[in-house]
This record gives sequence, C-alpha cells and structure tokens, in this order.
Amino acid sequence: MKDVELKMLERAKELLASGEVARVVGWKKGDFCYDPSPAVFKTVEELENGFVYDYFCGANLSKYLIDVSKKEGKTAVFLKPCDTYSFNQLVKEHRIKRENVYVIAVECMAKLDIEKIKAKGVSFVTGVEVVEKDVKVSSLYGETTLYKPEIVLEKCAVCNKTHQVKDEEIILHERPVRDVNRFAEVEKLEAMTEDERFAFWKEQLSKCIRCNACRNVCPACSCIKCVFDNPNSGIAAKANDSEFEEKMFHIIRAYHVAGRCTDCGECSRVCPQNIPLHLLNRKFIKDMDGLYGEYQAGESSEGKTPLTSYTEEDKEPNDVFNGEAK
Amino acid sequence: MQRIGVFICWCGSNIAATVDVEKVAEVIKSEPGVVYSANYQYMCSENGQQLIKQAIKEHNLTGVVVGACSPRMHEATFRKAAEEAGLNPYMVEIANIREHCSWIHKDMDEATEKAVILVRTAIAKVKLNAPLTAGESPVVKRALVIGGGIAGIQAALDIADAGFEVDIVEKNATIGGRMAQLDKTFPTLDCSACILTPKMVDCAQHEKIDILSYSEVEDVKGFVGNFSVKIRRKARFVDETKCTGCKICMEKCPSKKGLNEFNMNLNTRPAIYIPFAQAIPNVAVIDPTQCIKMKTGKCGICQKFCGVGAIDYEQKDTFIERQYGAIVVATGFKPIALDNFNEYGYADNKDVITSLELERLMNAAGPTNGVLLRPSDGEHPKVVTFIQCVGSRDTSGCGKPYCSKICCMYTAKHAMMIREKYPDTEVHVFYIDVRTPGKNYDEFYRRAVEQYGVDYIKGMVGKVYNENGKLMVQGSNLIDNEQITIESDLVVLATAIEPEPSVRKVATLLTASIDTNNFLTESHAKLRPVESPTAGVYLAGVCQGPKDIPETVSQASACAAKVIGLLVKDKLKTNPCVASPDENMCNGCSQCANVCAYGAITYIDKEFRLGGGKTEIRRVASVNPAVCQGCGACTVTCPSGAMDLKGFSSKQIMSEVEAICKM
Amino acid sequence: MQDVTTEKKEFTPNIVAFCCNWCSYAGADLAGSSRLTYPANVKIIRVPCSCRVNPMFILKAYQQGADGVILCGCHPGDCHYVTGNYYTRRRMATLFSFLNYMGIEKERTRVEWVSAAEGARFSAVMNDFVKTITELGENKRLSDLRVKEGE
Repeated sequence: MKDVELKMLERAKELLASGEVARVVGWKKGDFCYDPSPAVFKTVEELENGFVYDYFCGANLSKYLIDVSKKEGKTAVFLKPCDTYSFNQLVKEHRIKRENVYVIAVECMAKLDIEKIKAKGVSFVTGVEVVEKDVKVSSLYGETTLYKPEIVLEKCAVCNKTHQVKDEEIILHERPVRDVNRFAEVEKLEAMTEDERFAFWKEQLSKCIRCNACRNVCPACSCIKCVFDNPNSGIAAKANDSEFEEKMFHIIRAYHVAGRCTDCGECSRVCPQNIPLHLLNRKFIKDMDGLYGEYQAGESSEGKTPLTSYTEEDKEPNDVFNGEAK
Repeated sequence: MQRIGVFICWCGSNIAATVDVEKVAEVIKSEPGVVYSANYQYMCSENGQQLIKQAIKEHNLTGVVVGACSPRMHEATFRKAAEEAGLNPYMVEIANIREHCSWIHKDMDEATEKAVILVRTAIAKVKLNAPLTAGESPVVKRALVIGGGIAGIQAALDIADAGFEVDIVEKNATIGGRMAQLDKTFPTLDCSACILTPKMVDCAQHEKIDILSYSEVEDVKGFVGNFSVKIRRKARFVDETKCTGCKICMEKCPSKKGLNEFNMNLNTRPAIYIPFAQAIPNVAVIDPTQCIKMKTGKCGICQKFCGVGAIDYEQKDTFIERQYGAIVVATGFKPIALDNFNEYGYADNKDVITSLELERLMNAAGPTNGVLLRPSDGEHPKVVTFIQCVGSRDTSGCGKPYCSKICCMYTAKHAMMIREKYPDTEVHVFYIDVRTPGKNYDEFYRRAVEQYGVDYIKGMVGKVYNENGKLMVQGSNLIDNEQITIESDLVVLATAIEPEPSVRKVATLLTASIDTNNFLTESHAKLRPVESPTAGVYLAGVCQGPKDIPETVSQASACAAKVIGLLVKDKLKTNPCVASPDENMCNGCSQCANVCAYGAITYIDKEFRLGGGKTEIRRVASVNPAVCQGCGACTVTCPSGAMDLKGFSSKQIMSEVEAICKM
Repeated sequence: MQDVTTEKKEFTPNIVAFCCNWCSYAGADLAGSSRLTYPANVKIIRVPCSCRVNPMFILKAYQQGADGVILCGCHPGDCHYVTGNYYTRRRMATLFSFLNYMGIEKERTRVEWVSAAEGARFSAVMNDFVKTITELGENKRLSDLRVKEGE
C-alpha cells in the first residue's frame, strides 16, 4: 500500500506542478491513524504535508466533485473501484461536469473498519500493517494480529466492483475476484416473520439521532435542498420526534435513492449509531434486480433507472412479496 | 386572510334525501376560514349559480367550495360562474357528496358525517389553491398528412377545401396506396381506379395541397399547433420538376427484370419506372439496386433518351423542415407475411395466391390484362377455392388475434366476379364465420351465394398440397360433419392485414401510443375515435384499426373536421394544471424528463445569484406548458420535490390527506 | 352534529383512496350513479393520474392515522397519460415490498386498476379492502402516536 501511496503522491504533485490540474481531491491525514478525511489539495506543499492513502481511506470522494467540478480549472481525483460508480451516476445526473475532472483510478485491496477493530477489543490504535490476510494492529497497549476479512468495512466485505471510469490508473496489485453475495443479510431479514422484521427495524431505527450523517455522505443524496429541509414538502423535520418519523425519514431516503444508489456503503460506514442502513438500500436493489432485471447504478453514465422505465408485462404491486411475484 | 364560501347542493332529493344538507352547511360555518355557508336545491341552476356569484361579490370570497355532484359533471360550470363574478376559476373546488356519498350510503348520520369530511377536505385543498391562468400558444395554419392512400387523400382534400395548406408525405413514388391496387370495390362493384384516380388528380391540382411523394418523416419536434417536422425527400434520380411522364425511359431501359411491387411481384418492370399509368405525380423513379448505370457505371440509356434532361444519377436525399399545426397519420396497412402458415402451401405453389394478388390478376391493367390465368401455366382455372381468416382471429401466435374485417366482403366480391366472368368456373369458400354487417353488405354476400352459386363451406382448411399438378385443399365441413378434399386449380388466401410497419417509427416520433398489434391508439374508443392521445395528432384509416374503404373515408373526413376545428383557431388555450419546477431546488438530474411521455421537459442553463455578488450557472428543468398534459409522473420521480403540479400540488394533496385522516 | 367518532364502538378503519381522474374516479362516480354501496369510511382523493401519488402521500396518510391506503388507476395500457400507470406499478411494487421488509403489514396498502366502466368493480374492491383492513386491525406500526392522542 505504501508503494501505491507514494506513486499517487508523486503523480498528484506532478499534475499540480505542471498546471494540468488546479486541484487534487484525495485523503488527508487525520488526528489518528484511522481517521483520514477527504480533502482538496491546491499546492504541492499541501500534498507533502497531508496527503495519505492507506487502509483507512474508505471515504468515497465522488460527491465532493459536484462543487469542485464547477470551479475554474481541472480537478484530479483519486477514485477506488466503488467510488467510480457514484461518479458515473453523478455524471449521468448532470451533477458532475465530466470534462472538468481528471480521474485517477486507484487500487483498493479493501479498507478497514475501525469500529470492527475496536469491537475485537483493540483500542487506541496507532497503526496497522497488512500482510496478506493478517493485519498487525499496533496500539498503545502493544501489537495484536487480526484476521483481515473480519475487520474490513461492510462494503468491502461484499465488494466485487471494478473501475467504471478512469483517465489513468495507479494499480500495482490486483485484488482477486471473489464469490460474494451482498444480499445475504437482506435474505436473512426476508426470511423472518413480519413481526420479527418490525422488531428488528424498530430497534435499529430507534437508535437514529437524526444527525444526517448518512444523508450528508451519500452521493445520491446530493439535492440542492432536501425534502426534509423544505417546509413546503409537507414532511420537513429536523429531528425525530416520533417513532414514525424515524421510519419516515429512512423510508423516504431509501426510496429517493432507489435506482440511483450504487451501494457504496457510505451511509453505514458513517452512521455513529451503527445502524445497518445499507440493508435498506440493498432491499430496493435486490427487489429491482429480481423484478426488472439486474441493474447496477453507476455502471453507465447514460440510460434510465429501473424506476424511470417500465415494461407492459411488469408485475402487479399486490403480487410482489420479498422482491418476487406471487 | 382566506375568505372561503361553501355551497351545499341538495340536487333535489338526490343528495338531500341521505345527507342532512342544512346540517352540513351549519357545521361547516365554524370551520376556520369559512365566512359564508349556504345550501340550495340546485346549485347548478341559474339561480344556484347566481347565489354563488352574489356571495363572491358580497363577501369578497377568496375561495369557493361547492358540495355537489362529481366534479366531472359540474366543475366547469361552477368555475365559469366564479369567473363571471370576478374570482379566478381555479379557486373553486368541488366536494363530491353525491356520487361518492349520498348515492352510496343509506344511513343519514353516516352520510352526513362523511359529507362534512368531504367538504372539509375540499376546504383544506382550496385554501392552498393559487389562481391559475390558462396560457396561449399560436397555431400554424398548415396540416401534415402522413400517408397518401385513400385516407390521406380524403383528409387532405377536406382540409384543403376548408382553405388550409396541407402537405401529403408519401413514402412511395406515387400516392394512391392500397386502393390503387384494387380491381373493383364492394358492395357496388365499381372500378377502384375510376373512383380513386380523380381524387388523386384533385390532390395534385389543389392549390392548397403539396404532395411530397417518395418522402418520409425523419423527425418531429414541437406540439399541438406548432409541430416542426423534418422530411426526407428520397433521391428518385429523376428531376421531379422536369419529368413529363412520357415513359420513353421505361421503354428504352435495358434492365427490365425488376419485380413489379405494384402488381404484387407477379410480373416485372424496368429499373426506371412509373408505378402505374395514373400515378401522381406522374414522374419516373430509378431503382438504384437494379439500374445498370448506377451499378456498373455503364449504360446511361435513359439519360440519352430523356428529352427534358430529367435524369440525374447523382441525386442525393434532401431534407426539408416545415411547421404544422396538426398532423394526420394515415399510414395504412399491408397483408401479413405467410411464413407461419406453411399448411397452405403459399411458398411452394405458384397457384396459391393472396387476395391482393388476385386483385391484380383480375385487373385490366394488371399482369394478365384482366384475364384470370393461373400464375404457374397461364391456364384458366376451372376450380377456385378461397380460404378465409388466414392469419386473422388467430390466437395461436402465428397470426393476428383480431378480425381483419374486410376479408368476408372482398372474398364474396372475388367469388362473384369470377362466377360472373367465367360461369363455367367452380368457386368454393372455406369460412369460420361470415361477418357482413353494413349497408347493403349482407345483401351482397347473399347474392354471391344465392344468385352466383358460390359454394360456402363452414370449416377450416387443414392443408393444401400439390398432387399431380392439382392443388388439393383438405378441410372440414362442419355442417355435414365430414372431412373433404377439393381438387382446385387456384387457391386464394384471404390474408390478414396489419399496420404498415413504418407506423412504429412514426408513432415514436409523434409520441403517439400504439397497441400490441401496432395499431395506433385513439384517445377514446367511443367518443374520441379519430384523435390520438397526443394533442394535435389525428388518426385515419387502417393505422388505427382494420376498416374498409367507406369507413376509412368517413374517418378521414372526421379527422379533417377535427383538424379544421383546430386550424381555424388563432391561439390555443392550454391547461394551466401543469408541472412546474422550483428552480431553486432543481438538481437538473433529468429524472423527470425520463418519465415524461410528452417530451414536455427540457433543461436550460440558468444563472443564479449566490451570496456576496457571486453567481452560479446551473442546469434546471423547464416545462413547456403547452405540451405538458399534467399527469404528475415527473413530480414523484423528482427526489428533491422541486417539481410540482399546479392544481394538484403536493401540499394540496397532503392537506387533503390530513383532513381525511384527522376526522 | 353528533360526533360519531368519539363513541366507543367496534373498529372501523379509516381509509384513503387515491383515484385517478380519468378511470378510477369516474369508476367511483359510476358506482355512485349505479347506487352500489361501499362503506363510508372510504374517502377518495382525486389525482390526475395514479403516477401523481408520491410515496410521501401514503406515508403521510399513515402518519395521520389512516389504517389503509388504496391507489386506483386506469388499467395498464389504458392510461390517459399513456404511460403513467406503468410507472405507478413499478414504484408501488418496490415500495410495498420495502414496507413489508420493514415489518409493515403487506395488506395495508394496495393498488387496484379500475376503469371508468367498472362501477361494480370499484364498489367490490372497496368493500373487499375495508374488510381486509378491518380484519387486519388498526394501523399501529406506521402511525404517529401523537396525532391519535392529540385528537
């Protein structure tokens, strides 16, 4: 990973120095080793002082391009495979000006989830070193070796994505293609009874503090003004003052991104309450795949989504159950 | 502050017998915003309307709710009354307390309670109504007719006679269509060409009609009253303005082996040709796939002989763009291909022919000069067997599920004509049902049976096969309940008809809807049979459904009446209940345009002021109110809720939901 | 007026029916003019097309205390706006499946296609839906308790 980071830094510096791009969107070191954050670098110095690319750089940078691509001059951005889907989707929705962005596809090799590391009893992490499937985690209390598949981000655990867009690439290692079923958790819920599902979501969603982190990070939730902030929408609310509103917010959010959600998993990654929000979006994805044919948002920057198309033979709503028609 | 007036109608006893109308009017008085509440026997009567008008003026009403019959009945009446009293007509809402209340409930308390809720719901909505004004759009006083068959010709003549310019776009080299290929027409047996060709000439000579033959519609933009149409004028390699139709080129052309499409490929024609003697325009066309000069570069004989220098081997397709107020689709039909019907032996036996081929064989201008001779050996057939419903009423998937409607009549016509001309010829007809309703139609069919001795056999044919040069038609006779085989010399298949395949492209360009059989859909099966759901587009002839010549002509004239009704207007009033985006919230994501069936939504780059003197250019949706039909599909697909529908806004509907639920 | 709702009696569900103007609303009118009854707790909201019904309206109805929501439109293929109900069909198929995934009773929300000629069908559909919802009981899972208590 270090070799990749060096190459990226070198390339970013080169692009800025030559004036080919006016800025670079990448990840910046945080206060701790596990909290790098998205950042816009405008000078070589800024890059030298803060640029980072490691196993904690899970953040999806696509959404930042909505604003940045409107600015004067070109912007270079580093995109992991999953991020390119969001990028394409935003290009399709005319939110990103493609001609103003220079996309550097970078390898991923799966990112780590600090929450999962903490859950393994390791806190005050100071650094990690990954060798194949072993992760040597150093902390203030010493060093522990963890099994990587158990501590990667949810989105990485079920990822089989490949770069959908690139102007150039920095890929030094190939991630092997694996056989994963991203709908396994959804299927588990579907197999439950109605009452069990209700209880599950009631418990999960009652944790919601309506901090809007999911909305703010979501590349599909990029409306200039969200319906929940618009007093004219009839559903505007700032806080969950009832059980209903918790549901309302998440149902509407899932519905609004249905067909546009690329399953980038950012919502779950940033949720401070660890609500498995991706299971909401994945339900829509699974149902639409089952009912209307497989569709991956962001695979193309053109075309219609399943909910803005139809066929004369579509299944009747009353007959649909668990994404399958009776 | 809102000042709402509520008017409860008794509708005689229709409402008052089940709903305590006085009580409703009384209870509603205390609703916030309501300043006037009344009830009356017949609100829709002159006096009732007067009551509303007076109240609007006296109480300075800002909104009106009428609790009465269905808005589908009198909404327009009450809106007009409000307008006459100086209130915007869209500030009126109807609570349907008759069809949805008094007529379906028996218990007075229950019905009265529901009526109150329905009136409150209407009040909740009207409080959020905004005055709306119908927009106007100009009308281009010119019509386009797509298709130059009898439907297109009739529509064009009628529109032109009313004084409007008409263009006929015909994809073939001549107008005339299928009717030009027919020999005689039922039920009068007059010669098809004799009644059609004068109309073709009328078209050519009409100063208001422009015939664009050998042309196709390439692109359509715009909307009712203002379509912009791009037309491809296909290269015919003959200068239309110079050609005199002398036919010397046809005589001299050495390449004479082209199949004659007009004669259903039963004989041949030269590479340069005029489809038939009375073609309009009477101008030659070169088939480039057959022309020796164009294939090898050597020849040029026609050019040498052409006295006016009309031949131009280098001619290219050209495009013209014209504006129209209305468009008539009259693209016609073709017989279906018989690939799925091997049992009738059409592909293997020259003497198994379709009915349209028979028309050409009987026609004096046809390949046999009107003498009925079998295609295989040129002999007179002594036994002719007709098979009806070939591919019609076929639910097996091989043919068409519908009845082609014209076959029973033309088969009777063919049978009769053969018996008339060749009394020694035996004629058999296999049929499932004989359907001949219509003026003088059944009489016509009975004449075939009773006077001309045509042998009608109720039953289906299982197989046609060749045995020692004879066509054996094996079928069942359901009346005698037996299997029979008829040794025949000629077999005629009453082949199903289907819409001309090019109609699909036309329908797509016009956003006109089309059914599973490729027939264009009319706006209402009974009450708006000649209008397409797309405003400004009208349907004539078989493109809308199977029909014969009299019906086609009637429909074409009906179309013309509708077109004239549109073109006489200088401006069109548009429906004000249309979608409209809040540009400040629009993401410009294109989702709404993706679901708009009318192409009413486009995107514009607009400058927005940000704080501190800065501006930003953003892509935002823009709805053409003349094109939008107000369905609201876009409003739901818009994630930010920027798109809303006037008259049915999200806030209005939510307030109705609230009013209903909270009671 | 006597306020019937305050009387304690057996559960009568509150039902919101969204009807498209061209087919289903006209079908409801025909049910009326044919005097075909259905319970008074069904209240109809007129929309131009079933595709005007936003999932937010349905949730709002539940929030405000509706026990059942039914959407009626023209039969697929007969939409006055050509394609509107095709979009409705996909939107509602996915929404209903999703609501059920969250544990909301599947039967609470329904889509029915009713033409302008089907007055009898409209009445039959409403009778059946009211019966279904009455058996299902009050909407607790999706209602906003505040609204009910505050009445």
